[in-house]
Amino acid sequence: MKPINKFSMTLDSRSANEGFARLVASGFAALLDPTVEELCDIKTAVSEAVTNCIVHAYPNGVGNIYISAAIYENGLFKIKIRDRGCGIEDVKKAMEPLYSSLGGERAGLGFAVMESFCDKLSVRSTPGKGTSVTLDKYIKGKALAD
Amino acid sequence: MEMITSGKCMTVFLSGEIDHHTAAGIRKQIDEETDKLLPQVLVLDFSAVTFMDSSGVGLVMGRYRNVSAHGGRLEVVNLPEWCYRIMKMSGLEKIAKIHMTGGKR
Repeated sequence: MKPINKFSMTLDSRSANEGFARLVASGFAALLDPTVEELCDIKTAVSEAVTNCIVHAYPNGVGNIYISAAIYENGLFKIKIRDRGCGIEDVKKAMEPLYSSLGGERAGLGFAVMESFCDKLSVRSTPGKGTSVTLDKYIKGKALAD
Repeated sequence: MEMITSGKCMTVFLSGEIDHHTAAGIRKQIDEETDKLLPQVLVLDFSAVTFMDSSGVGLVMGRYRNVSAHGGRLEVVNLPEWCYRIMKMSGLEKIAKIHMTGGKR
């Protein structure tokens, strides 16, 4: 399946960029004429993925976050958020709801939220090399929501 | 963000976007006040929140820990429907006996 449109960008893993990243992602997804709820789902899931890069992948400094997204004729919005950070030793454990390696103010819900707010979530990680998170969301859009 | 204290009840009117970036400042402001006032009831009002990810849940969990450490109680009110969805995933309303009222967007 060929995308009808795509974009990619690289940004610094600075927390100020969390808002920017979800704004760009939702702006791009807006081309599929989504409902307010669908846009909110995308913003939330992207925010979680980007926060993970900032908090976990590059805990001691600033690294690159690579974001690429595409939209397809069938309403699929696909976004990949990748880093070259520390990677995840145990992806299964990291994805458990309420588990956080950091504790404290982190709820440990990042992956659970991504999973619940999107149609598909896939996580690939190599310790020492980085992590790649792909989110799929089918936009039914305003036309079908009525 | 606005904070109103009446007797031993402190209400925080959260507004705008709550993510990992903004949560740090919000947390600091609330904690400075609660450390001083030691409120019996801390109310977090979400009615003017326009975006929230799981950092909002972390914010609530952390404040719950703080107020309950000195015997206080936490209430979360006027949660927009979509905020409630995330909050519920944490099971917070069961563990923390948090009073949650849903609101309309």
